[in-house]
Amino acid sequence: MTGYIFRRMLYAIPVLLGVNLLTFVLFFVVNTPDDMARMQLGAKRVTPEAIQKWKVERGYDKPLLWNDTQTGIVQATQTVFFEKSARLFVFDFGRADDQRDIATEMRTRMGPSLALAIPVFIVGMAVNITLALFVAFFRATRIDFWTVVACVAMMSISGLFYIIGGQYLISKLWSLVPISGYIDTLDAWRFLILPVCIGVISGVGSGTRWYRSIFLEEMSKDYVRTARAKGISEVAVMFRHVLGNALIPILTGAVVVIPLLFMGSLVSESFFGIPGLGSYTIDAIQSQDFAVVRAMVFIGSLLYVMGLLLTDLSYTWVDPRVRLE
Amino acid sequence: MWVILWTDGLVWLLCVALLLYVGYCLVDAHRRTPWRRVFSQRSAVIAAVVLLAFALIGLLDSLHYRAQLSTTSAEQRYSGEVRSALDWLLPHLRERNEKTYSAPLATHSFMRETIDLADGGVRRVFVRLRYGGAHLADPSQVWTDVVQRAGAGLIAAILGWCVVGLYVRTWYARMPQIKLRTAWCTIGVLSALCVPVLFLSTHYHVFGTDKVGQDVLYLALKSVRTSLAIGTLATLVMLPLGVVLGMMAGYFRGWVDDVIQYLYTTLNSIPGVLLIAATVLMMQVYIDTHPSLFPTAAQRADLRLLFLCMILGLTNWTGLARLLRGETLKLSTLDYIQAAHAFGVSHPRILLRHLLPNVMHLVIISLVMDFSGLVLAEAVLSYVGVGVDPSTTSFGTMINAARLEMAREPMVWWPLATVFIAMFVLVLSANLFADAVRDGFDPRLRHAPSD
Repeated sequence: MTGYIFRRMLYAIPVLLGVNLLTFVLFFVVNTPDDMARMQLGAKRVTPEAIQKWKVERGYDKPLLWNDTQTGIVQATQTVFFEKSARLFVFDFGRADDQRDIATEMRTRMGPSLALAIPVFIVGMAVNITLALFVAFFRATRIDFWTVVACVAMMSISGLFYIIGGQYLISKLWSLVPISGYIDTLDAWRFLILPVCIGVISGVGSGTRWYRSIFLEEMSKDYVRTARAKGISEVAVMFRHVLGNALIPILTGAVVVIPLLFMGSLVSESFFGIPGLGSYTIDAIQSQDFAVVRAMVFIGSLLYVMGLLLTDLSYTWVDPRVRLE
Repeated sequence: MWVILWTDGLVWLLCVALLLYVGYCLVDAHRRTPWRRVFSQRSAVIAAVVLLAFALIGLLDSLHYRAQLSTTSAEQRYSGEVRSALDWLLPHLRERNEKTYSAPLATHSFMRETIDLADGGVRRVFVRLRYGGAHLADPSQVWTDVVQRAGAGLIAAILGWCVVGLYVRTWYARMPQIKLRTAWCTIGVLSALCVPVLFLSTHYHVFGTDKVGQDVLYLALKSVRTSLAIGTLATLVMLPLGVVLGMMAGYFRGWVDDVIQYLYTTLNSIPGVLLIAATVLMMQVYIDTHPSLFPTAAQRADLRLLFLCMILGLTNWTGLARLLRGETLKLSTLDYIQAAHAFGVSHPRILLRHLLPNVMHLVIISLVMDFSGLVLAEAVLSYVGVGVDPSTTSFGTMINAARLEMAREPMVWWPLATVFIAMFVLVLSANLFADAVRDGFDPRLRHAPSD
């Protein structure tokens, strides 16, 4: 088992290297640092000195891959690739355009992100599974049909409308909770309750439909028919047999997103003014802070690779038939 | 002078390809059966009619031209503004701009304006709109006028509907399985809703006006093209990459499989929005540093839209590739492929003749399923700031502009409501159609159509 985990972690290295190379090519080769400087400083009246200053400030003035002016190992290290891309592997993200350290910023913003993402994830799953189980119990009836219709309708509404509608109705019209904002104490629940509810509601449509199809597939299996033939009541079949076995694909499917919860949610964080990683990313994109975007891309892919590993491991935990060699 | 923007050309190309496919299906009974199954479902027929209506708007808006400025002088001069056939058909929507916000069907401005009185004093009053209901001498007559115009529209719609009905009758005998009556009824409902709006729009702003006084109905119609372009053009990149790489990985296995799997794991591991953001940021730098490549603003905006479609395609092909890899892996162990090998059929020929037709249903299903997701993604991307060019009208940019006005008292609700309705109808019909296509094409569901 440990050997397997170790080998899987080794597999992650080429993937992360690939991500790094891709971002490097995107950020430094497709457009040279000169182009970036010109755009950030304003394309029209910009002097070569200003560009040079901008590049030196950010450390982009070195050669891209190979430094001919140096000797020995420094030839490879005194380069943009080594300083900006390879350093990501040791979580040295450098500084953002406002001169704050990106790694520290990420650590402080992780808390609010998780405070929003974890409840959305857990409550959302619980609601979706309950609803799906309910619908699967009443399969091929009018309840089933209309719930599925409602799910498709809910899937067809853009997530932005859920947020805008929720903010308008709950915060502005009824003044139940503040529209946006965040505090770092236990009182934060007042700010979090609306985004959590909206996050759950906006996922109900697709989630319920997806889990319903899993339940229905499980219910068409032979062992369920055998259980019914033995005279076990439908409720007992659902809870004792179907639910347990259907949880295997549900859990293994959900595990892959758990590490990504750290990234926070882009849209709802910025709508509700929660200072998490999602709103950090959006701010970086909007102010074109390339260093932050690069760091977030790296962190995101790292978390995804971790999620894949967790998925494989979770198969062995929940399904005794799977053995990892 | 006709202007062919990049996206126009590609959209029309896709249309031609679609028509060729339809023709191909019509002559080949084997290809026809799954589609017949699709259109024997009532929801699919309704969704298809609605989607066709959207497509019609989008296609009309994809014929661009630059108006001739002076007809008298010998040298031909064209205006720098690129217009579309839709603008030409509905000139009253494009030209009749108010000063700022006005409510749906309003005759007076939404906010009080200061006017100078004859005796030197000032008063703050609701002034009459420049165009909305301007033909009325007595603004209190507005509702009678609206009902009259809408009624005229309704009568016209019913007349048109009956004419369509005559055509449908002749088709009815030929295609008994297809729910033509449902299609006819959908057309009736659609035209009963749309024609009165069209009739009213000549003298009113049916859905109000936005901050700079543009008609919201017009903006919504323009957004349809952007949505459709994003939903369909992304497939241009996705389709070849996904099909070729996915099938190669499943067929050749070994190192080819490893390389392709590595490629899509790497691409997949970058969170979608971030990859799109990084690419769009870089593209923006490129556009900003090479202004000479883009003669008009419309061309620049259009190229940005095209890039966005390409990027969405690049980030979306991995799902299709994985699906096709699995299916090809399964199929290539079957006897008929072994037999083809034994006969000495070449690899490309096996892939093209023996494998591709057998995975085609997966390709069609996933293309149709992806459409609604892409339309929804556009709105979010535009909100994040990496979507279409701000000068391009799209549902995302409209939501962005309107959401800030929610705080205004009294509230400006009509832009959001319009976008909500338009997007909801478009995405809902796309979802319903996709479900029907999946049910019709998936061989596993063939014996249990009522899922």
